[in-house]
Formats: sequence, C-alpha cells, structure tokens
Amino acid sequence: MSTVLLIFYILSAVTLATAFLTIYTKNPIHSAIYLVICMVSIMGHYLLFNAQFLALVQLIVYAGAIMVLFLFTLMLMNLNKEDEVHKPRMTRYAAIIVFIVLSAVLVYVFTDTKPIMGEYDYTGEDFQSIKTLGKVLLNEYMVPFEFASILLLAAMLGVVLVSKKEKDAN
Amino acid sequence: MDSALIIEKSIFIVVVFAVTMLMAMYSTWAERKVAAFLQDRVGPNRAGWGGLLQPLADGLKLFAKEEFEPNTPNKFLFFVGPGIAMATALITSAVIPWGDKLELFGRTIQLQATDIDVSILYVFGVVSVGVYGIMIGGWASNNKFSLMGAVRAASQMVSYEVAMGLSIIALLMMSGSLSLHDITVQQHGMNWNIWYQPVGFLIFLICAFAETNRTPFDLAECESELIGGYHTEYSSMKMGFYLFAEYANMFISSTLISVLYFGGYNYPGMDWVGTNWGTNAATLLGIGALFAKICFFIFFYMWVRWTIPRFRYDQLMNLGWKILIPLSIINIMITGVCILAFK
Amino acid sequence: MATSIQNISLSGKKKQVSNKEMTFWERLYLVAIIKGLLITIKHFFRKKATIHYPEQVREFSPVYRGKHTLKRDEQGRENCTACGLCALTCPAEAITMKAAERKKGEEHLYREEKYAEIYEINMLRCIFCGLCEEACPKDAIYLTISKELVPAQYDREDFIYGKDKLVMPLEVAMANTQKLN
Repeated sequence: MSTVLLIFYILSAVTLATAFLTIYTKNPIHSAIYLVICMVSIMGHYLLFNAQFLALVQLIVYAGAIMVLFLFTLMLMNLNKEDEVHKPRMTRYAAIIVFIVLSAVLVYVFTDTKPIMGEYDYTGEDFQSIKTLGKVLLNEYMVPFEFASILLLAAMLGVVLVSKKEKDAN
Repeated sequence: MDSALIIEKSIFIVVVFAVTMLMAMYSTWAERKVAAFLQDRVGPNRAGWGGLLQPLADGLKLFAKEEFEPNTPNKFLFFVGPGIAMATALITSAVIPWGDKLELFGRTIQLQATDIDVSILYVFGVVSVGVYGIMIGGWASNNKFSLMGAVRAASQMVSYEVAMGLSIIALLMMSGSLSLHDITVQQHGMNWNIWYQPVGFLIFLICAFAETNRTPFDLAECESELIGGYHTEYSSMKMGFYLFAEYANMFISSTLISVLYFGGYNYPGMDWVGTNWGTNAATLLGIGALFAKICFFIFFYMWVRWTIPRFRYDQLMNLGWKILIPLSIINIMITGVCILAFK
Repeated sequence: MATSIQNISLSGKKKQVSNKEMTFWERLYLVAIIKGLLITIKHFFRKKATIHYPEQVREFSPVYRGKHTLKRDEQGRENCTACGLCALTCPAEAITMKAAERKKGEEHLYREEKYAEIYEINMLRCIFCGLCEEACPKDAIYLTISKELVPAQYDREDFIYGKDKLVMPLEVAMANTQKLN
C-alpha cells in the first residue's frame, strides 16, 4: 500500500468517525470539538490533493473562525442537560426514513460509477499555486467572484442592521 | 527526495525547535529582568550569573509541583488544552526564513524548514487554531473564571485576526507573494517594508499584542478580575505549558514582525560582507541580525507590558472593530492607489 | 484671594483639572503612549534601589531596636540582678526569669549578689518596644547594641531565647573594655 493511500485511509476514518460523533454526542461542546477535528481532517484531504491554498483557507475559515464562533456561543450559553429541546417522535421516524432513502440513492449512484482510467493532461502549469488561482478567479470567474463578495457584503450589512439597537420611536 | 535532504531538514528542524524553546525559556527570565529593571529593581540574580539559571530552576519547580485536577467531567479536554496551545505555538516556526543560504560539506543549505507558497496563510491558520488551546482548557476547567477567560480569549482573537489579515493584505499587494522567503528577499539591504507600510506595521503590531494575549490586551488572564483567567485551575507543568506557549508565541510573532516589516535576515552592507568575507559569514551575520531584531521586539513586548495598563473589554472591542479594521481598509486603498500611480 | 486655600499647593504639583475636549492627536493616544514608553525606559537605566541583603546590609539607625543583649560590665561580669522590673514592665509579657544567689567564687561572673539563673525572652511575643531597656535599673538589657534582627526559624521553641543567646559574649565585653582604656 502506498503512503498516500495509507494516509488517505487514516484521514477518511478520522473524518467519518468525527463527523458521526459530532451528531452522536449529547454534549454540544463535545460535538463542536469533533466538528473542528473533522474540519482539520478535511484540510488533510485537500493537502493530499496538493491544494495548499484550499487547505489553509479551510483551516482559517472553518476551523479558525467559524468553529471558534460556534464554540464561543456554545460556551456563553453553557447548555445543560435540563435545557435539551424535546423532540417529538414523529421527527425521529421521518429522519430515519429520509436517511434510508438517501443512502439507498447514494449506494445506487456509487455502484453504477466507474473510475476514470484515462491519463491526466499535463500542462506544466502549477495549479496549486496561488498565482494561477488568482488569475483564474479574477479573469475567467470574475463575475461569480464579485457576486460572492456582494453576497457577503449584503449579509454583513444585514447583520449590522439586525443587531443595531432601535432608537425609541417617540 | 534524497536522504541527505531529509537528514539536513531534520537537523534544521530540531535546531529551530531547540532555539524556540530556548528563546521561550529565556523570555521568562528576560520578562522578570526587564520588569525589575523598569521598576528600579534588579530581578532574579541568585541562580547562576545574573540569574541565568533561573529558567531551569523555574522549570524544575513546575515539574515538581503537585498536579492538581479540578472536579471536572472533561478530564481529557483538560489535558488537551495546554497541549494544543504548545503545539500550535511551536509549529509556526516551520515557514520562517531564519537566514540565507549556508554552504556546508559541499551542500547549499536553505535556512528555512519549508518554503511553501502560502507561508503567511499557514501562519494565520495555525494562529487561528491556537485559540482552541485556551478555549478548551478554559472550558474544561469547570470554573466560571476560566470560562470567562476562554470566552474573552476567543472573541478577542477572532476580532483581531480580521484587522491583522487586512493589515497584511496591503503588504502582500506590494510584495505580490505570500511566501515569507520571497518577502524577505525583496527587502534586500535597507529596502525594508516598514518604510512603505508604517500604518500597516502599527496595525499589525497592535494585533500581534492582542493575538499573543499580552498586556495591554491580556484580558483572557487578567489577574485583577479573573484570578488567572483560563489557567486558573491549572498547576504544575500543564500551567507551565500555557506560560511556555505564551512566550513561544511572543517569540514567533516578534520573528514575524521582523521578517515582514524589518527585512528579516537582511542588514545593510550584506553584499559587501558576502563578497569580501564569503557567503557563510554573510549568512551567519544575517542570522545574528534577525535575532537582534527579534530580541528587540521581545523586549518591546515587555517594555509595553510595564508601561500601558490593561484595556477595558469594550475599549478592546472598539479599538479592534471600529478603529483598526477601517484603518487597515483605508491603508489597503491608499496602497492600491500608490501602486497604480508609481509602478 | 491671593492666599486662599484654592491657590496653595503644598507639594508644588497641584494641577487644575479641566474637562476640555481632546484634540485629534490626543485622542489617538499615540503621543501619550510614546511618552509613557520614554518614562519607563528612563527607569531601565536608573540606579537600582535594591540592597542585596545577605551580602549588603542596610545600615541600622542608632536608635534601632533589634535583638536584646544582656550586658556585661567592664570586668566581664553580668549586669543583671534579676530584679524582674523588665518582666513587670513588658507589655507583651515576653520575659521570664528565675533568680539565684551568687555563691562564693562566682564574683567574677556576676556583678550583683543576686543574678538571673534563667532569663528567657519569647521573641514571638516581644514587640520590641524597648520598655524593658528603660525599666532596667542596672543597665543590663539593651535592644540597640546587638545590631541584629531576630532571624526566622521553623519551630516555635526556637524563638524562646535563653541566656545562651542573650548574654553578650565575653570577648565582646573584653573588647569594649579595651576600647574604654
């Protein structure tokens, strides 16, 4: 077994296990921490693809920013066993059915796929370098890129508006 | 990859690790000495000449202390916290160029563990993960003061990372590269980035203080309000790990400041030394120059600590979100205009 | 109005408080921070106030009250006659003693006919007020001449000083005599 394959198996095992544990654990903070480990292991997958930029952005954005904020709010709320939300039985059954159907579909799709056996075209360009990535993003995909930034800006403005204290009406 | 390269890199990494630990160790000594000198005292001077063996004595004391564990349901996380803090503090040094080339045994050795394309992003990523050590440790302590410290640390880190990243962007627009090696090479001689980016440097410096939890931004552990903040419940070497991680972080951030804004291992007259005394002499002097800069910034950290009182929490947030972030965005705009106009 | 209380500054450092609006530069605080840094760095190079204790000892004031000494006279005899006035006057009740009669042949040891067989001061109780010294009619007990502090100990028993620790050594008394002559 090659080293890459071995690393891939270990990483996948970690990813799947922590993703499962994220849902399975009762303690919200534990599940947030499992999610952090999951995110970091996904970063490892990106590194296996030699996508350094993507891997580090994954680390900074998901593990470093979003999950920190998650943990921050969870710690602030300090949830205990008593304030667990009561879930009606119907939702559980519905979740089980949806899960079975979804996995059936996925299994069906994946059993039908064939791995690509062809050779990759070698262009000599270093696609993992940020220079290439930047040129592609700001030339060919300029419009979607800008749309994404406008979306983020709108979201930010919305948050500011929502969180701003309203002045007295009178 | 030939085995010689692997051996070379391994030795280099071990040396960097040892130097980082040594610097962190002697930062604790320097902290006490500088604090004493700034307060007209002499500081530790009993263990060894000028108290130079004091860090060893401190370490020995921490090892020998009783390992107290609070009554917490999260024993494992309580252990993990200091470990994460220490690990993230140490792995940042992988991408820092400590010097130029060194010619030894017929090989040219690049004094950098790895020169990846996205060095700065790597540093940011590791630093942003570093906060987990404090958060997890503070939460697992099962103590309200620790939790407050952890929550403060988290919000402070997240807020100041934004301003820090934005202040770096103006620099990156000038350098056109994320690699710390390239950035250092561009600052050859006295062509340091500080002359072009004084505002960016100021923002970066303030954010570095906040990211390393140093006074005036040490709200995560402020003694007068939170006893010890996130490490209230820690004792023995776990506590030592937190303290060590703080000093290692201080060392790394001083290194980053020197590399990004003060030319790293560059010093005036480097070419002259290179041609007259040989490459190795120039490189060794360069390492010396880098360490002189680093030591100055470590001293600056301590100097500021004993000058400026701690911020209040709302002042901290105001400074981060309402002043530093707009300022760094303006800095980016001005830099962009200048690049368009002069290049 | 010229000498009214508002205008007097005893320390010479009196400053009028004003609530004026800060200017832009003042609100930046950068100047203030640099000023502060300069002040602290000045202290960095200033002469240190520390006295390295075991090697350097701070000079005692002439009226400093430290460990008690039971004095000997110029012939090396103990002055104390065990009258008990010091124990009586001691506000902390730190002094106890047991008197004994001087035997024949002990004249070179004790000046008076009665002497203190046991003389103990509990240093944990003693408040070093010096009243024993003032009460003593025979010039026997002094707090000022030892120029010594009572050192720290681990056990409480060690703080009860007997005659072995309190009586002035014979050599010192002899040296004093020689100085007088």
